[in-house]
Amino acid sequence: MNLYRYSSPAAFYPIAGRLAPWFGWSAGLLAAIGLWIGFAKAPTDFQQGEAYRIIFIHVPAAWMSMFIYMVMAFWGAMALAFNTRLSAMMAQALAPTGALMTFIALWTGAFWGRPTWGTYWAWDARMTSELILLFLYFGVIALRNAIDDDRRADRACSVLALVGAVNVPIIYFSVQWWNTLHQGSSISLTAAPKMATIMLSGMLVMALAAWFYTVAVALVRVRCIMRERQRGARQLGPTTVVPGLA
Amino acid sequence: MSNFLAMGGYGFYVWMSYGVTALAIVAELLALRARHRAATRAFVHDRNESPTP
Repeated sequence: MNLYRYSSPAAFYPIAGRLAPWFGWSAGLLAAIGLWIGFAKAPTDFQQGEAYRIIFIHVPAAWMSMFIYMVMAFWGAMALAFNTRLSAMMAQALAPTGALMTFIALWTGAFWGRPTWGTYWAWDARMTSELILLFLYFGVIALRNAIDDDRRADRACSVLALVGAVNVPIIYFSVQWWNTLHQGSSISLTAAPKMATIMLSGMLVMALAAWFYTVAVALVRVRCIMRERQRGARQLGPTTVVPGLA
Repeated sequence: MSNFLAMGGYGFYVWMSYGVTALAIVAELLALRARHRAATRAFVHDRNESPTP
């Protein structure tokens, strides 16, 4: 099977359409299981009481906000390096969902911070860098809307996404580099998790649900983008010459 | 049930988090559906306007 064939929008369009419902229904199923674990199975936290249950959306949304940005920057780099249209379209399709995940992470963080830390917001290193991430997503979306020529918009957005990618490790390591309000991570790849297994499994199932959701939405959006661009290309085709400009 | 909604006194914070998250996701899905419909409508319109030989 030649996988490179699917880097052409025409070949990818029907595949995206067939895959999207599977990812969408999987996301719904996983979210149902995750919420069931989170509310019915996971016990009350001995320190935070029931307030900790916000973790089941806060941490998955925060992970996805960073992960989506890295994937978006990756597709941007591919678009710049190989000048492939589909890569740029994938980057474009991911930006709104990345912004959504960032918003959810910030919002749920505020409503978790209030009962546990006594404040909705602080200019803490992690919260501030996550807010910058939201503005980076808005910047990519706004830059795209400001440029009419799709190919120029692709290049500009790819560069912005790549430059902004430096912020992601800053968010990730902010709790180690600066000793401000946000606590360190509860789980890491190198050490045993600092939370009960049932809470951890609820969080991981919700993270998986967020991932499936993102893939489903991005696949549907990339199909919209393909159709919109096809229409734009037809309207701005070689036959439309503006008189007096040639 | 009301015990569940109270969330041990943290109901406001828990349900503001979950409620706004649900609203945001529904808003994204509705916006995406509208975009998909508009893109499909325009596509079909163009195809009917200029049939390719």
